[in-house]
Amino acid sequence: MSSIPHDHAAGHGVDHEHAHHPGGIMRWITTTNHKDIGTLYLWFSFIMFLVGGVMALAIRAELFQPGLQLVEPEFFNQLNTVHGLVMIFGAIMPAAVGFANWQVPLMIGAPDMAFARMNNWSFWLLPFAAVLLLSSFIVPGGAASAGWTLYPPLSVQTGMGMDLTIFAVHIMGASSIMGSINIITTILNMRAPGMTMMKMPLFVWTWLITAYLLIAVMPVLAGAVTMLLTDRHFGTSFFNAAGGGDPVLFQHIFWFFGHPEVYIMILPSFGIVSTIIPAFARKPLFGYASMVYATGSIAILSFLVWAHHMFTVGMPAAGQVFFMYVTMLIAVPTAVKVFNWVATMWKGSMTFETPMLFAIGFIFMFTVGGFTGLVLSLVPVDIVLHDTYYVVAHFHYVLVAGSLFAFFGGIYYWLPKWSGRMYDETLGKWHFWTSFVFFNITFFPMHFLGLAGMPRRVPDYATQFTDWNEVASIGAFGFGLSQLIFLYAVLKAIRSGPPAPARPWEGSDTLDIRDPAAGELKRIYLKRNERLMMEHATRRERPVPAQRGANMRTALILLSIAVVLFGGVIAAGYSGGSTAGIGVLGFAIIGFLLVAILRNVRR
Amino acid sequence: MSVTPTGAKPYYYVPQPSYWPITGSCALLLMAFGAAAWFNAYAMGPWLVLAGFAVLLTMMFGWFGAVIGESEHRLYNKKVDLSFRWGMSWFIFSEVMFFAAFFGALFYVRNISVPDLGDLGQKLLWPDYTAGWPTNGPYLKEVFTPMQAIGIPLLNTIILVSSGGTLTVAHHALKMGHRGALKFWLFVTVVLGFTFLGFQAYEYGHAYSELNLKLSTGVYGSTFFMLTGFHGFHVTIGAIMLSVMLGRAFRGHFDAEHHFAFEAAAWYWHFVDVVWLLLFILVYWL
Repeated sequence: MSSIPHDHAAGHGVDHEHAHHPGGIMRWITTTNHKDIGTLYLWFSFIMFLVGGVMALAIRAELFQPGLQLVEPEFFNQLNTVHGLVMIFGAIMPAAVGFANWQVPLMIGAPDMAFARMNNWSFWLLPFAAVLLLSSFIVPGGAASAGWTLYPPLSVQTGMGMDLTIFAVHIMGASSIMGSINIITTILNMRAPGMTMMKMPLFVWTWLITAYLLIAVMPVLAGAVTMLLTDRHFGTSFFNAAGGGDPVLFQHIFWFFGHPEVYIMILPSFGIVSTIIPAFARKPLFGYASMVYATGSIAILSFLVWAHHMFTVGMPAAGQVFFMYVTMLIAVPTAVKVFNWVATMWKGSMTFETPMLFAIGFIFMFTVGGFTGLVLSLVPVDIVLHDTYYVVAHFHYVLVAGSLFAFFGGIYYWLPKWSGRMYDETLGKWHFWTSFVFFNITFFPMHFLGLAGMPRRVPDYATQFTDWNEVASIGAFGFGLSQLIFLYAVLKAIRSGPPAPARPWEGSDTLDIRDPAAGELKRIYLKRNERLMMEHATRRERPVPAQRGANMRTALILLSIAVVLFGGVIAAGYSGGSTAGIGVLGFAIIGFLLVAILRNVRR
Repeated sequence: MSVTPTGAKPYYYVPQPSYWPITGSCALLLMAFGAAAWFNAYAMGPWLVLAGFAVLLTMMFGWFGAVIGESEHRLYNKKVDLSFRWGMSWFIFSEVMFFAAFFGALFYVRNISVPDLGDLGQKLLWPDYTAGWPTNGPYLKEVFTPMQAIGIPLLNTIILVSSGGTLTVAHHALKMGHRGALKFWLFVTVVLGFTFLGFQAYEYGHAYSELNLKLSTGVYGSTFFMLTGFHGFHVTIGAIMLSVMLGRAFRGHFDAEHHFAFEAAAWYWHFVDVVWLLLFILVYWL
C-alpha cells in the first residue's frame, strides 16, 4: 500500500546495483523494506481482527438468549479459545509490530530495520501460524477448547487441535522474538546522530521496552506449551499430580508470560497516544522523562504480579498480599501516564480530528479498564469476581478501547504520511463515534453481569442475566459493523483520497511527520533540541542544567519505590498480613503517589 | 538518507528482496503439521516432518550462505557488525529465558508440588506417599535409580569446561593471526563438543536400559530429560555452528578484526557451558 518507493541501492555497494526486485505478489513475499513489511503486518492484523471478530459475534449471538440456540457447547468453547488467541497473537500484537516497522526507522532516522531480511521472516511466519491455528477447526476433535490460557488438565486431554495450537504458538513466538530483536537493535544501534535516548519520541521508547518484555517472556511461553506437548504425548508429569507435578505449575509459568504480555499489548498504544495528543493539543508532551520512567517501572513491575491471575487456586495469604500490593503499585506509573496526557491537553489549542478523538476515547476507556483492574487486584473482591463477566469487561476495556482504539488513532494519524493521501474526516468521525458508543453498549453491561455473578466462558446462563446479555449482543453487532466504516475509510483514502500535504498535522513534532529530507536530519535535531531546552528553561524558570537534579530526584523516587516495595512486603509478610503492616505499606504508596503528583504539578 | 557531520554518506547494508524467509515459513508449516499428525498416529506425519526438515536445511544453507557471502564481500561495516552483536546478545537472552522456564519448573516441583503431595492435607488421596527427591510421584509404582553426579556427568563437565578454554585459545590465536593454532584449537573444541554429546547419548541409553529412568518416570524423569535434553540439543546446534566456523577457517575466512560469526558461535558455546554448570549442580548433584 505504500506508494513511496524505497531505494535500497542508495545504501548499497556496487555488487548490487543491478539487483532484481520482484514485482506483483512476489514483491510482498520477498520484500526487505520496512515500510512494505509494516503494511503487511497491519493488513494481516486487520484480517485477523475480522476473523476473531466474527468468532466474537458468533459468541454474542449464542449469548443473546439463555439456552442453546446456534452452536454446540463444544464449538462455543472452541470459538472462545480461538477468539482470544487470534485477537492477541493475530490482531493486537502484529498491529503493534506493524506500527513499529513503519515508524521506528522513520522516527529515529534509520535507513531501515537493523536486520531487514529477518524482518521479512518475522512477518511471513505469522500467516503460516494463522493457517495452523485456524485449520485446527477442521481436524478431528476440533480446535483447542481450553480457553486461550490453555490450562491443563483440560488442554492435556483434548484432541489434535491442541497440538496445532501449540505449534502455532511456537511459531508466533519465534516471530515475536525475531521482530523484537530487530526493533531493539534498530533502536539501540541505528539512531541518527544527535538522537540520544532521552530525545527519542515516546513511541520509540515504549517499543524498546515492549521488545525487551517480548524477548523475556515469549521463550517462557514456548517452554510452557512445550511441557504441555510432552505431557500430552510423551508421558511427562509436569502438570500431573500422579507423577509429582502440578497443574498449577502451568498457571505460574503461563502467567509469568501472560502478565508482561498484557503490557506488551498496551505499551505501544501508550506510545501512539503520546504521539497523537501533543500534535492536536499543539503542546509538547508533558513530563517526557516521567513518561519514560513510568514505562520502565510498569515493565519491571509486570514481572512481579503474575499470581494475581491465580488468587483462587490456593495460595498462602502472604503470597496473595504480595501480589495484591505489587499489582496495586502498577497503578502509580499508569496514573503518571494518564496525568501527563491530561496535563498535555491542559490549556492546549485543541482540535478534534479523528486521531485525537480516538486518543481521548482511549484515555477515558483505558482509565475505566485500569480502575476495574485495580478493583480486581483486591484479593477479597477477586475471589468473588474471579472468572465472571466483570473480568471480561475489564480486559476488553483495556484491550479494545485501550490498545485497539490507540491503533485506530495511529492509523488515521499516519495514513496521510504512509499513503500520501488524506482520509475522509467525516467517515473517520463516524467510525469513532459508532465504535465508541457500541463499544460501551457491548462491554459496560458486562460489569453488571459479572457483579451479579454470571460466569465467563459459558454458552448458557440463568434467565436473570438475559436483559444485559441482549444489550451486549446488540452492541457487539453494532461494533462489528462499525469496523466496516473503518475498512471503507482506509480503502477510500488509499484509492481516491486527496493528496496529503507533506506535513499533515502542523502540531506534530516527531521526525517522521517533519519529513526527514536528505541532509536535514542533524539540523532538525539540533534546532529541536535548542527549542526544547528553551521550553524547559522557561517552563521551569530555572537554568537547563537543573535537568541533572531532576534525574537525581527521579532516581531517588524510583529507589524509594523499591525500598517501599520490599520493606512493605517484608513487613506485611512478617506480620502475616496484619493491619499494621498493610497500613504502613498503604500509607507509603499513597505518599509516593502524592509526591509524584506534586512533583508534576510544580512544573 | 541522512548525512553525517563529516559529510560522508552513511552506509548500512540492507539486503535485497529474498526468497529464503518464505522458504523457512513453508518448512516450519510442513514440520508443524507433520509433527501434529505424527503425534496423533497419522502415517504421513513423519514424512511431512522429514520433508519440512529438508526444506529447512535448504533454507539454512541458502540463507546462511548468503550472509557468509555478504560478509566475505565486506558489505558489513562496523555499524552492521554492532547490530549483529546486539542481535546475538538478545537472542542468547531469549534462550536464557527459555531455560528459565524449565529450571523454574524444577524449582517448583522440588520445593512446592512434591512436598505438598506428601503433606498432611493430601493423605486422604495418597496415604502411602512420602515426599522426597528424586521421586516419580505418588501414583507410579515403578522403581528407578536416579542419575549420579559422579561418573559420566562429572567427566562431561570437565569436557565442556575445557572446550570453553580451548575455544578461547582459538579466539586468541585468531586475533593474533596464528591461523594454524586457530584451526587446531577450534578442531579440539569441536571434538570435545561431540565427545560430550557421545557421552550424553551413552548416558541416556544407560538410563533407559539399566536405571529404568525414562522421560515418563514421573516428575524426576520429566525434569531430568527435558532439561538435559534441551541442553543437549543446544550443544548439538553449538557444535554444528563451531564446525561451520572450522570449515570457514580452513577456507581462509575471518581476519583479526572481522570475525563476528566466530565470536557469536563462541558466545553461544559459553552460554551452553554455563547452562551445563547449572544443570550439573541443580539436576545431577543436589
